[in-house]
Formats: sequence, C-alpha cells, structure tokens
Amino acid sequence: MRYLPLTQNDRDAMLGVIGAKSIDDLFVDVPGEARLAGPIAGLPMHASEMAVERHFAALSAQNMTASAHPFFLGAGAYKHHVPASVDHIIQRGEFLTAYTPYQPEIAQGTLQMLFEFQTQVARLFGCDVANASMYDGSTACWEAISMAGRITKRSKAVLSSGLHPHYVNVARTMAKYTGDALDIAAPVLSAETDSARLLAAIDVETSAVVVQYPDILGRIEDLSAIAAKAHEHGALLIAVVTEPVALGAIKAPGDMGADIVVGEGQSLGVGLQFGGPYVGLFACKSKFVRQMPGRLCGETVDADGTRGFVLTLSTREQHIRREKATSNICTNSGLCALAFSVHMTLLGEKGLRNLAALNHGLAVQAAARLAKVPGVEVINHAFFNEFTLKLSKPARPVVHALADKKVLGGVSLGRLYPGISALENGLVVAVTEVVTAQDIETFASALEQILAQETVR
Amino acid sequence: MNVMNPSGWKPEITSATTDAPATDAPATFTGNRALMLNEALIFEIGTLETTGVDLADAPQITSRLGGLERSRDIGLPGLSEPETVRHYTRLSRQNYAIDLGFFPLGSCTMKHNPRLNEKVARMPGFLDVHPLQPAETVQGALTVIHELAHWLVTLTGMHSVAMTPKAGAHGELCGVLAIKAALEARGEKRTVFLIPESAHGTNPATAAFAGFAVENIPATPEGRIDLAALQARLGPDVAGVMITNPNTCGLFERDMRKISDAVHAAGGYVYCDGANFNAIVGRVRPGDLGVDAMHINVHKTFSTPHGGGGPGAGPVVLSEALAPFAPIPYVTRGAGGVMRIVEESEAADERPQNFGRMVAFHGQMGMFTRALSYIMSHGADGLRQVAEDAVLNANYILRSLENVLDAPFAHAGPCMHEALFSDDTMAEGFSTLDIAKGLIDEGYHPMTVYFPLVVHGAMLIEPTETESKAALDQFIGALRSVAERGRAGDPSLKTAPHYAPRRRLDETLAARRPVLVWPKSELVIEPDVAVAAE
Repeated sequence: MRYLPLTQNDRDAMLGVIGAKSIDDLFVDVPGEARLAGPIAGLPMHASEMAVERHFAALSAQNMTASAHPFFLGAGAYKHHVPASVDHIIQRGEFLTAYTPYQPEIAQGTLQMLFEFQTQVARLFGCDVANASMYDGSTACWEAISMAGRITKRSKAVLSSGLHPHYVNVARTMAKYTGDALDIAAPVLSAETDSARLLAAIDVETSAVVVQYPDILGRIEDLSAIAAKAHEHGALLIAVVTEPVALGAIKAPGDMGADIVVGEGQSLGVGLQFGGPYVGLFACKSKFVRQMPGRLCGETVDADGTRGFVLTLSTREQHIRREKATSNICTNSGLCALAFSVHMTLLGEKGLRNLAALNHGLAVQAAARLAKVPGVEVINHAFFNEFTLKLSKPARPVVHALADKKVLGGVSLGRLYPGISALENGLVVAVTEVVTAQDIETFASALEQILAQETVR
Repeated sequence: MNVMNPSGWKPEITSATTDAPATDAPATFTGNRALMLNEALIFEIGTLETTGVDLADAPQITSRLGGLERSRDIGLPGLSEPETVRHYTRLSRQNYAIDLGFFPLGSCTMKHNPRLNEKVARMPGFLDVHPLQPAETVQGALTVIHELAHWLVTLTGMHSVAMTPKAGAHGELCGVLAIKAALEARGEKRTVFLIPESAHGTNPATAAFAGFAVENIPATPEGRIDLAALQARLGPDVAGVMITNPNTCGLFERDMRKISDAVHAAGGYVYCDGANFNAIVGRVRPGDLGVDAMHINVHKTFSTPHGGGGPGAGPVVLSEALAPFAPIPYVTRGAGGVMRIVEESEAADERPQNFGRMVAFHGQMGMFTRALSYIMSHGADGLRQVAEDAVLNANYILRSLENVLDAPFAHAGPCMHEALFSDDTMAEGFSTLDIAKGLIDEGYHPMTVYFPLVVHGAMLIEPTETESKAALDQFIGALRSVAERGRAGDPSLKTAPHYAPRRRLDETLAARRPVLVWPKSELVIEPDVAVAAE
C-alpha cells in the first residue's frame, strides 16, 4: 500500500520492542465481539492511483461545468475567474499540510496570512476587526445572530425577507433549539425591499436586524435608516454579504452603520466546488470583540522583540472555555481564507474596483437584453451583478429546459421557496466577468424559445 | 545497545545544546539569514494602484447601483503577480508542515495528505459546478457523495449518514440536534449531557450551544470512564452522553457496550466523538458498540489536508433511532439509478421529521472527493492496515520513552493510536511547554500539550500510520534527548526555540493589548470580566 511506509520486518521488530506477540495483542481492550476478524465484507480492496483517478474522471465527466457553458447561477455562490497563482500558492505543502497555528514559532506563515486576511476583510466590510474565518456565510450568519443575543441580552431577531432562504433556514434550525425568536417573511417579487416591515418590527426586545446586501433578489438599498432605528432601540444591525465583489462598487455595510458584517467569501479565490468548502467572513465593531466566535490572530513580539503573530483572545473559545465558549467552532476554513486573501492581494484596490465595474457593466447589459425577451420582466431597479426576472411561466421547469439546451440559466425561486406560488415565476440571474456577449445572446434566445412553447419540459 | 532504541540513532547533543549561532556570524544588512527570509505585510509593500490581475475594460453603461456607489477608498493594497507569489512563498517557508516532517499532534491525526486527492478534487466536474445546478447536470458529483456515504456507513456499521456538517464540531452539533429532535418527538424534555472531563473542548461547547447543561462523568484511576458512577447519574433528565472512543488518554473504553446499554436503558442516546477513529477504522465498527451518532473528521482519518486550520468536513453517521431526524439536504439514488438531491421541497414528504438545514448547500464537496479518493486507494484491507500501523507506531513510542517520561496509564496495558505522557519527571521549574519548544529546535512540531486536562502537563503523541520506523526512531531519540535536558534542568531549554523563525512569542501581550488588524493600534475593548473572575 503506497501510503504505508512500515515493512513487515519493521512491524515484527517493533512488536518485539513493545513485547507483544501480534498486532491483536494491542487491540486487547476492544471487547472480542466487536473485533472484526478480517477486512469489512462488501467493500472493495485497495486500488492503484491510476484506477482511482479513472473512477473520478468518469464521474467528473458526468457533470455540466460552469466554464464550458453559458453560466448564470448565483444565489450565494458565484463563478469568478481565479488567477492561476492562487491555486499554486494554496497547494504549497507548507500551507496545505500545516496544522492550526497553535505553535506560533513555526507557524508564522499561516499567522501572518491570517492577520492580513483579517485586515482585508475588516476594510472591505467597513468594520474595525474581523476573525480568521468561519465555515461559510450561512453559519457565520447564525453566529452573528447568536452573538447579537449575547451582546444585547435579548433573543428576538428580525430577518429581512431578502436574506438567502438557506441562511434563514440555518437560523431557524438553530433558533428552534436555543429558544431565540425569529421574525421571518418571504420576499415579494418587486423592486421594493421590505425595509418598511423591518423598521416597523424593531422594538426594545429586538436583538438584531439581519439584512442581506445585495439581497437574494439582487436588490441593493441604503442600510443607514435601518441602522439608525436599530440603534435607537438598543438593537444591532447585522449585514450579510454573499457577493463580496459587490463591495468594490458599492458602499460597505460598516460605513452605513452595521455593527456586525458577515459574509460568504467564496467569490474570491475559492471556486464553486458544488457548495463547499467555502469561507465564512465575520467582522464587527471593536467593542464587540470579546463576543466574537472563532479564531483571532493578533500581533505581538517574540523574546528578541521581533514582530510576530499568534492566535489570541482564546479565552472566548471552546478549547479553553468549554461549555462557556462563545461558539463550538474549532476547525474553520483556513486554506480558503488563504485563497481569498491571495486573490484579494492580486486584485488590490484597483483590481477589485475594475472587477466590480466589469461585473456590473455586463449585468446591466444582460438585464437589458433579457428584458427584451417576450414574457420576461426585470424586477430590480438597483442591482450589482445579480437581478431577478419575472417570467411568464414557472421558472423551475424553465431552468431544466435551459439545461437541456446546455445553458445554466440561473436559480429558480421555485427551488429556493418551494410552495410559495407568488414566487414560482422568479428566476435569479447572476452575471460575472466570465460571461461573454455571446453567452448572453445564447441565454436570451434559449429563454425566448422556451417561454414561447406551449408546455415547458 | 539500548533496547528501547534499536536503531541506535541519537541526535548530535553538542550542536543541539549550543544556544546561539556561531559567534563569528555577522549581522546582515537585510536581517535575513540566507534561506531564512523575513517578509513584510502586504499593507507595507503594496499600493492601491498596483494590481496583479488584468481585466477587460468594463462596458460603458448607465449605472444601476441606486446611488450607493462607494465614495471612499477601501484600503486594499495590491501586488503584481511576481510580488504576490514571492510574498506567499516566503511566508510559507515560515510554516512547519507534514510535508516537511513528523507532526506528532495527539488527537489531530496529522497523516500524509496524498496528492492524488488534490488532483481528483480539482477535476472540473467537481471544482467547477454550482450547488444549485439542476440535479441532472451534476450526476457525477452526487454519485461521489453517495459513494462516500456508503463507505462511511459500512465502515462504521451504522444505519445512515448526514453529509452536510462542515467540520468535526459542526458534526457534533448535528448529532446533538438529532438527539434533541428525537427526544422532542418522544415528547420528552431532557436537559443534561454527561461528558467526561477528558473530552475535547468542542463536546461541552456543542452541548451548551444546543441548549443543554453539561455535567462531568468521573474517570477511573486507569483513565477510563467510571461505569458505576455513570450508571448512578443516569435518569430522566439525561439526554445522553458524549464519549470519545478511543478516549483522549489514548485508551479504548472497554465498557463501551455496557455504557451504551445503560444509557439506552435510561432513555438517553450515545454520541461518540469520532476524532480518534483512525485507531479502529476497518477493525472495529462503532455501530457494534451501541453508538447512536458519531462524526467523522475526514481531515483526520481520511487524510484531507488541515490547511493551517481547515477546511474540514464532519459527516455524522447515525443509528436507526436517529436517522429520521437527520438534516436536509441529502442525496439519494432514485428510480433508474438517477441521483436526487432532497431539499426543503421534497423533504416534507420524504423525511418529515428532519431537524432542518445546517448549512447552505450540500456540505464540503471538495473534501468528499479527497476522502473518497483516499478510502478507495486503501480499500477495506488497507484501512484495516491503517489502524494497525497507527496503533503499532503509538505503542512503539510509548514503550520506547516510558523510562524517560512519565506515562501515567502505561501500566494498564497497550495504548491505541496515541501515547500519553506527563511532565512529572521534569526538574523543578521545567514543564511540558519547555519540552515542546525544545522539540521545535530538533526540527519537530511539538506533540499536543496540556491536553487531556486529566493529566498534569499532558503530552499526547499521535504518530499515525504514515511515519516510517526510521522517522519514529529519530523522533524517539530527539524527544529522549530533550526530556533528559528537562530532567537535568538545562537552562537553554527554558529559552527554546533558538532556531525557529521566531523565538517564544509574547501571548500575554497579544491578549492584553489586542492588535487584530494593520496598522497597529490597540483596540478599545471591554475587560474580560468573566475570565478575570476565574
């Protein structure tokens, strides 16, 4: 077996040193009835590298990939071009095969990278501080709600109807068990968000208002009024960003008064990967640092006075505080944070702004083209690189019909909001820098053909 | 010849105990020392005008940003591609890693990460597909999830598996929520989880996160759960137990079946922390021990890389009793062999008791491909060999060092996949931390230190199966040397490491005056009242 260095001679010699007759002697504490005599039945035996590679290549070929087709899916995961050097750097063994940097003297590479990542995320979100990453945007969102509860000592959160329904459902799962109350509503297919509902719902029992920016339908609006009302009542504003590239073009949530800003960092460096691993971003005002979940990297000095970095404020964390910790999170998304940070470093201020302008420009062009298709209405007034179409027919079968025509044409609201008939004709369309003018044309004409048919699929 | 070190290998003591570099070494202009290269922060070397990405010009359009255009700079420095590659390459060289050397971290299973896994994970059909694509366009990806699920269920002898949890602690949460849902379905409100003091910190944190109170399960003097004490505490308020097996002292819980039976008889459930599955994979099935839920750290047992702290994945295998409550979404094989994704829309009919969604999307696909690649490479026979070699290596270390380091449970019999030592034999004023830092100078990542909490100055060593005998012999020689210096009170050990990219770092300063972002400015944060009170 190519991954096992011990030879049979080694094993025999080592058993001799241990003073055991056979390997079974070392498993003596396992009750006899639980000890398996040989390899588990019904499973294949070991396989060569070539055989395994062939198996996966065959499975890979069964999937329709984003790069090879006109591609317009978003709704919390975005297709962006990732520079080749990002993957090269995250595959360096010193990053890839390192452990969590608990021994800082021999982990400065990871630690300095995390310090840079924290600073990048804090600046992008317009916050004072950021942590060293969470699992993904959806779990970061619940952690923010939970954190707001600890800060305000209240347990009622008001969730915008523009918050990603998966994020809402993650919060619902957790709230069911923690006893938190969530004020939830489904979105309406219109240009108007539900900020009036949010403003009306905030009261002295509210821990936080949670608003996605841009929201699930791609809409964007100024959060300042919601922040002001929340603060007036002692509540916090949590902003959720699922498309960080947007912040190269539009104001940061922190600059509009958000107290905690969380997000999904997948757009930069990470790739689609069928949903994971991704990287949760988590930033907030500095006065709330002690209530943050997850790892934090901080600057310090070594015994010679040289600058260095360590994981710090760990008295918040499970390995120190156990049941009193701010979260149970341990392993986070370090390597994806590295990918995010490398991509962001390659872009820089100028590159991010250019990338955002390119995304917005292409999205505006695509919206204009799609709006000309009979049976299609663009509901958004304002948007960044994602907008919602109201089709003349239910969108879910349209998406399948588009796939039959080799077009990956967006995410149907019928899939995201099953059972809500007022939303079933909604199609969320994302347009990033990978989309070409030809892709837009192919999408528009396929959509036109499908909507003109008597029956869809 | 020393029978405990049959190869006779030993380190060059003379150089290892020399404190400073040779005195004729001149200071350098840069502060670098040949291949030891320092690197500034990107904020100190980048500019707002530099970019390493060439993009097409944005089309001329009328903005539809609704008046929300950003008006001030973000403050993100950029680097050109050559500067970027050099920056991160230099940083990488300040990291220890499995690719460089032995990583004996107990409880962490730092084994070799095969590069085949990286290759298959990057195949476009897995890397470049969106989680919300129609199921008919991702049949291969769904098949990977389904195949891995089959392996996990079969290897553990359990009923089913929840694939979506994102890491071990998230898997714990999944298991605990399934237990909570099962109790609610029975109309019972049980509020307490029993957890041994030796447990990973995530166990009590998870139970608390899910709204349970945590109580301690006492241990016997030989480092195992005290069955009688546990039985005495079981009752109608106990939701379940969270047990690590093999436990964090490196010992198999012999009474596991009796523990499970007692917990079940009292109406509770058994959660097993699967962090130590590497000791028994292919040889013991947790399902045969009465376990109701167990997470699997694929970044431990199944070799997906730790990546400097993640990402991992934490699929949770479940007993028949808990299976109906597993979270959504999940993957099944439908009519005609077509793979299906069951989400909110279908789950209401097909698994009405599901406890809900834990994450956006379908879990850690990139880790699933890697884990399945590893598992298929080993096969049922190779995985069994993994457990055997991991346990053999740990016992070899235990018996080779027990005459220089105190091994508190060594008299009780063999260990499983990790060997536990205490700092009892050290000279006055010398402790585990000094041993750990001394090992750094020897070119090793330290073992897990001060965990489990039940042993004074614990040193937990997990060699894994991917170390050769020669590598183990060299490590044994190095640790013996460092331990002897600790016993002798060698003052140079107190100031180790001497040869790492940094000397000992001031963690107290970092916590007292937190600097979490650049530029350096101390945060104004409220004092940590809770900690001060402890």
